Order: sequence, then structure tokens, then C-alpha cells
Amino acid sequence: MTNSIGDITDAACILAIGTNTTEAHPIIGWRVRKAARHGTKLIIANPREIGLVRESTLWLRHRPGTDVALLMGMCRVIVEEGLFDKEFINERCENFDALKESLKNYDLDTVEKITGIPREKIAEAARIYATSRPAAIFYAMGITQHSHGTDNVFAVANLAMLTGNIGKPGAGVNPLRGQNNVQGACDMGALPNVYSGYQAIPDPAVKKKFETAWNCTLSDKPGMTVIDIFEAARKGKIKAIFCMGENPVLTEAQAKHAEEALEKLELLVVQDTFLTETARFAHYVLPGASFAEKDGTFTNTERRVQRVRKAIEPVGDSRPDWLIICQLAQKMGKKGFDFNDPSQIIEEIARLTPSYGGITYERLEKGGLQWPCPTTEHPGTSILHVATFTRGKGKFMPVEYRVSKELPDAEYPLILTTGRSLFQYHTGTMTRKVRGLNAFLGEEKVEINPQDAATLGITDGEAVRVVSRRGVVNAKAKVTDVSPVGVVYMTFHFAESPTNQLTNPALDPVSKIPEFKVCAVRVEKASTPAKKEKVAAKHR
Amino acid sequence: MENITLTIDGQKVEAKKGMTVLEAAQAANIYIPTLCHHPDLEPYGGCRLCVVEIENTRGLPASCVTPATDGMVVRTCTPAVDAERRTALELLLSTHPFDCLVCDRRKVNRRCTPYDVCLRSVAVTDRCVTCPANERCELQAVVDRLGMKSCRLPRVTRPYPIDSSNPFFEIDHNRCILCARCTRTCNELTGIGAIEMAYRGFSMKVSTFGDKPLFESICKSCGECMAHCPVGAMSPKDAVWPEKEVKTTCPYCGVGCQMLLGVKDNKVVQIRGERENNVNKGGLCVKGRFGVVEFVGHTDRLTKPLVKQDDGFAETTWDSALEEIANKLSRYKPDEVAVISSAKCTNEDNYVLQKFARAALGTHNIDHCARL
Ligand code: SF4
Ligand code: SF4
Ligand code: SF4
Repeated sequence: MTNSIGDITDAACILAIGTNTTEAHPIIGWRVRKAARHGTKLIIANPREIGLVRESTLWLRHRPGTDVALLMGMCRVIVEEGLFDKEFINERCENFDALKESLKNYDLDTVEKITGIPREKIAEAARIYATSRPAAIFYAMGITQHSHGTDNVFAVANLAMLTGNIGKPGAGVNPLRGQNNVQGACDMGALPNVYSGYQAIPDPAVKKKFETAWNCTLSDKPGMTVIDIFEAARKGKIKAIFCMGENPVLTEAQAKHAEEALEKLELLVVQDTFLTETARFAHYVLPGASFAEKDGTFTNTERRVQRVRKAIEPVGDSRPDWLIICQLAQKMGKKGFDFNDPSQIIEEIARLTPSYGGITYERLEKGGLQWPCPTTEHPGTSILHVATFTRGKGKFMPVEYRVSKELPDAEYPLILTTGRSLFQYHTGTMTRKVRGLNAFLGEEKVEINPQDAATLGITDGEAVRVVSRRGVVNAKAKVTDVSPVGVVYMTFHFAESPTNQLTNPALDPVSKIPEFKVCAVRVEKASTPAKKEKVAAKHR
Repeated sequence: MENITLTIDGQKVEAKKGMTVLEAAQAANIYIPTLCHHPDLEPYGGCRLCVVEIENTRGLPASCVTPATDGMVVRTCTPAVDAERRTALELLLSTHPFDCLVCDRRKVNRRCTPYDVCLRSVAVTDRCVTCPANERCELQAVVDRLGMKSCRLPRVTRPYPIDSSNPFFEIDHNRCILCARCTRTCNELTGIGAIEMAYRGFSMKVSTFGDKPLFESICKSCGECMAHCPVGAMSPKDAVWPEKEVKTTCPYCGVGCQMLLGVKDNKVVQIRGERENNVNKGGLCVKGRFGVVEFVGHTDRLTKPLVKQDDGFAETTWDSALEEIANKLSRYKPDEVAVISSAKCTNEDNYVLQKFARAALGTHNIDHCARL
């Protein structure tokens, strides 16, 4: 997030696109709701009738995958009606002319056709967003998990820059991160192309710095992303994987591929708190301590580094993850892993990571700190880009609307979109152990519009089969208006209904995020015989 | 903000403009009893315990809804105030089990324990010792503070069935003092609006739409209502009181709510929201409040290193597991190995693992499932 959770209620307008906030980020959802009830204009752009629609000033029910058209259409209205922030654009941005040029393609007739939203509504949304200041944009994976996710993000940024809604309280571009420490994992350099603090692998100065600090020789070659890793493993190029606390068998798009890859490995080590679906493939399983049994920090979606504190001794013989890795490294005879306590690790992080430079456990005792926090005197940064952008000027990006990689056709007539439920978390490794949570949602439910259900003769609660070009998943149908006609919705929390065996692994070329939010499926009554051959043939 | 000065019980008190009399008194550590007021919620003025005398003002205004003004002179305990409070409290007590509350044996901070022989003829379910809120009850505290020795009104019972439909907490309407904190919490704080004060007069009760069991309503089971209930009318089903609490960060979503892990006998037994922070200010959703205890202490937790053998996994020791892994890993070229890190683990875990991949294995093949 460029801004903070604390200033949500300062916004005069909130545009929430591609986020089911009250389900996936409940406490932020409450704040948004509170703001809306106290006069903040709330615009929801979502194909599904999510909880916040009830509180919204305007609900844009666009077709899945048409966000670029919608956002650029709004930009066009703002430019045409002169509602943009001239001063901000002149002083802080560049490439405005190119943006204007690209907006030619987004006349409201076209946008209406693509998105399915009446043109007046798009214009109204644009006017509300542009004239209520400050205005904040919130988005989540509904924006990023597309083969054109990067374009979506650019379009969001265009809209915010156009109206000067950057670097001010109550404004900003605010991606909501899914898992508790996605932000931190990225910050720490658990990525193939950067060290901690996003210091680039190919940069010779950076390389030198880490080689000196770690007293070793480092490779120049950026590594592979998870998706490439699994592809390489399938081809036998990657022979050994060390996997800490993840369950890729359920999270990977076209998860069958991940399973095949894991089966091929000569060595798979999985370190986790439970015997996950992925751990079953492992040659070694190492018991990690849970968050309640170790010290450390998590970084939340507003870049706030906060303490995790050990409350109890590790269960059984389990050990904190950092300790296991250090002990393994030492067994391999490697130097630089003689940490005795996480406080020593954060010291090294602070020393080598400019944005974390001022973070110490001692300071965190008084509360979390938002990075960038370069020195121990620095109070942390609650709003990014106040005076300048990271790259100097904010660059408008002309973006082209590209359709999702796989659209419905006669054989697979419905769009499948995926998301999270309030009552479960990620692959359910933790939440499915909680009986009470299972009472609320204990199995996969395929949400389907009553009209589609009627056509297919499916009743609420009936067992159905969801079939895509890549797999078949069984689940129960939930007939509901929440899903629009032509769209079905599933979560990915349940191993028995591995939704990601259906999803399309088409990647965004830049972010390498798969297209989880749109793929083509058909839904069949489970009582009818399955047309197995076709799927199996495609899969080989 | 502009400062004002008022006099409370003869003491000059500084306050910020816009504060209520109750807030001004609380800020100056002057006690005014209240049961319906909660700092998270809008002033309500329901219980009438916080009445005070204000010079040049008629009647006894409720301090929680009276704005403090410059030069105001307030008295928090005069005979008239005491009498009014006593009446208000008696009205409350008449619909709540009260024998324990006014029992002779009660001393401040000491109540009967489950093995004491009860001196009164009170149904077991009506005793403080059987209430989950015992010794944490705000009603007990107010009764003690005001030194109530008896209740002049007869006990009115409205025997309601307990709503235990929610898997995590139950509502015992028979202990409810109708302060409406829970319903206001569900409306004002979470905005969910699953419960309301329904019916009038003696029939008034906390109710869902259509008076359905909570589980069948639109309730999202965050338990915020329970966390704001001053008495034992809403209580967790598996209440174990912790010996200590440890502040930490929720392990579920990216909001990063601050929470207190209640610990007893090396087990996490209870979770509370932590209030002194700008992220969640005490609030928690269902996963944070009720989704931690069971998974941390689950019997399926991995407790020993495992090694795969022909017939499945076998337990092994740390030494041999690490030894074998170290040997095997050392055999591969950097391009043949990859490391997957975790968005669930701490920064320190992630940092050490990427350092391990880069410095120990010589590869940048490290990633996590953030994209997913
Ligand atoms: S648990 Fe949450 S949603 Fe349910 S009634 Fe209580 S406050 Fe409302
Ligand atoms: S249940 Fe508790 S919070 Fe709700 S009205 Fe009754 S006493 Fe007050
Ligand atoms: S309590 Fe709920 S909203 Fe808060 S961090 Fe945990 S999962 Fe997220």
C-alpha cells in the first residue's frame, strides 16, 4: 500500500476493484465500511456481488478480465471533462500525451461493449472518483492474477496519477497483500531477481556488497520463479527442491503439473508445521515451529514491520524455521549461519537492506514501523511518494486492452474465477484444523447464478463436476445471485476440490502471475457420466 | 485541539474540547461507574449509572452523553447521584442473577470458589462461580465499587434458552444486562449488523433478524460482540483463563492485526485483540480470534523429522536428517537446486533461507508463492 490502514477513513472516495475486502482482509473491510457509512463515496468494481456492494455508492459489475477497459474508460472521461489535476501532472508526471493518445481507443461505446457496464455508470464513476478528493484505490488479486495483470496495475496507477491522488493522506494506490507475510517475504529477497530490499541481482555494486558481507562468491544469473522451477523439475533439470512452509500442490495453476514435477525430484525436503499435500511427496519432512513458538517479524500490507513473539515452547521436537536452515547450512560447512537469536538476523537485515536500516527489535517494542525506515532515528513512512516517485517522475503508461487468454466457448461456456473465503485461509493447512471454521465453510462450493443453474438443471447443494481443459474437480453447487450469469466462483482452500487443477497457467509476461481469475469451464451434474477421454488426452 | 478546564469533585481537570464529561473524568482518573459505555463505541446513555450533578443544569445528566464545557462544575457522588445510580443498578440486577453480587461473604477481589458451600439458596447456574466472566465481570466491579448490599427489587427471570449455535461462543440471555454494547459493536465497529436489541420492555433481548440462532444469521463470527460484553452473557465456549499474555501478530492475512496470545501450561488457550496499535485497535476477525488456538495445539502437528522409506514415512533424529540432507544437497550443481520460501514465515526465516540459497547453494533459484 502507498498509504496506511489508519488513513482509510480520511478518504472522500474509495474505489475498490478486484478485492473482496470484507472476506479476504476483514479488518480493512470494516474500516472501508465505516468510512462509507460516514460519507465516503464507495465505488465497487467487481463482477461478483461482494459484501461491500451493500455499502456502495456505485457498483460496477464488469465482466471478469475487463479491468483495463474500465479503468482506461474512466481515465478518458476524466481527461475529456477536464477533471484531471493539471498541477500534479505537470510537476510530478511524464508521458501524459502518450496516455491521452492511447485513450482514443477507449470511447465509452467500446468500453461499454467490453465491460458490460452502461456508459453512464462508467462516466459517473469517473466523475465521483475525480471530484471527491482525496480518493483512494484498493485492489487485490482480482487485479493482479491475470495474464495482463501488469497492465491492470498500470491502468490503476494512471487513474490515480491523473487525479493527483498519490502521496496524500486518504489517497493512494493500495494493493492488499493476501498472506500475512507476502510483503515481508518479498522485502527479504525471497525472489529470484533481487536481494533483500529489492536490490537487483545483476547490479555489480549490489553483488559486491553481499559478497563482502556474506564472505562468498555469488552468481550473476537471476534465478527461476516458482512456476519455472516446477517446469524445470518436470523436465528433470531441477533435481532437488527445499520447500519451507508452502503447499504448491494446491496453489500452483494447473496443479497437476506441480505434482508431476515433485514426483520427478531426486530430493524434496519440506519444512512445515503439518504434513501438507506437498509434504507427502517429500523425501524428508522437517517439523517447523508455529508462529506462536518463535520470535521474529512480519511485514503487513501497509509495509509495517511488527513483532512476532514466542509465547510457548516449540511443540514436540519442532524447531523455528530459521534455526533449522542455520543448522543445515552449518552441517554443509557453510559460514555465516551462526545466528543464535532472530534479533541477530534482524541486525544483519538492517545492515544490508536500506529500507529496513532503522529497524531493531528494541524500537519495535514501542509498536510497528513502516518501511522505508533507513535509520534508527527515522520514524518510518506512512505515505509513499509524498514529494517524488521512486523513479523521479510518475510515468503514465498507455495500455492496450487484451482479452483473457482463455474465453468461454461452446465446449467450456462458463468463466471460472477464484478467490478467498473469510472462514478459510490459503490451502487450509491451518484453518482446516479448526472445527468451528469448517462448520462455516467445510467444503468447496461452486457459486453459480440461478439462471445458469436452471439451464443446467442444477439445484442448490447438488454435487457437480467442474471441467476445464486441464482437469476435473468435484464440489457442491451453491446457487446464488452473487455470481453473475456466465461466471462461476470457487476458492482454493480444499485439497478434495483442488480448484487450481482447473485454472489457466497463462502468465503475465512481467509479473509471472498466472491467470487465476479467468478461465473457461463447464459445469455438469455429478450424476451424469463424465466425458473423461477428452480431458485426459489434452493433459498428456 | 482546544483545551478546556472543568472542575470535577473540586478538582481542576484539563480536557480536550469535544470530550464528554465521562471522558474528561476518566482522563483525570476520576471514577464514574458505567456499563453501557465503551471507548470503541458512540456514546449511548443507556444504563444511567454514569449520572452526575452539574451546576446550573437541571436533573442528573448522564455524563457519557454530556459534552464537557469550559468552566463546568461537576459532582460525581452526591446523595442524589447515589440514589439515582442505586435505582438504575437495582433495575439492572433485577434481571440478572444477583444473589452472589450482594452476598455477605463477598469481599472486594475475593469471591467464592467452586468448592465453597453456598450460603444462599441459589440455583447453581445463578452463581458467580459458574459464570465464565467471574472476576472479570464489569457488573461485579460496579456493584463492589458502589458497595451494594442488597437489591430491593425481586429477581425477574426470563428463562431464555442459551444460543450455542455458533461454534466458538454462546449467548446466555439470562445473564444479559441489555447494555446493547454487543449490538452497537456489530453495527458501528464491524458494520455487519447481525444483531439488534429486539422487543420492548421486559421482553427486550439481543436478537438476530427473525430471532434465528446466531449461526443461521448473517453473523460473521468475529466475536467482537463477545469481546465487548461487560458480563458473562456472551462467552467463549472453551474458556480457559490464561496465566500470561504475549503480544504478537496474527498469522493469517496481510492486515497484520496485533493480538495477545493467552498462555497456560505451555499451551495457547485464548486470543484477544491488542488495542494499543493503529492497525486493528483491538479488533479481530473470526480467523484471528478463533482460528489460532486449535491449529497451534493440534495433535496433527509435526513433532519429529521424517524420512521417506519404501513403506511411508519413518521418524528420524534431527542429526541424521540434517546430515543426510546436507550430504545430498552438496552433490548438486547450483542450477539443479531450487528453494521455495514462504509468505507465512517470518522475515527472519525468509532472510536466512534466501541467504542459504544464494550463499550456501550458490543459486538465485528462490521464490515463494506470493503471486498465488
Ligand atoms: S460475532 Fe461479529 S458478526 Fe456476529 S454478532 Fe458478534 S459482532 Fe456481529
Ligand atoms: S449480551 Fe452482553 S453486551 Fe449484549 S446487551 Fe447483553 S450484556 Fe450487553
Ligand atoms: S485477525 Fe483477521 S483481519 Fe486481522 S490479520 Fe488476522 S486474519 Fe487478518
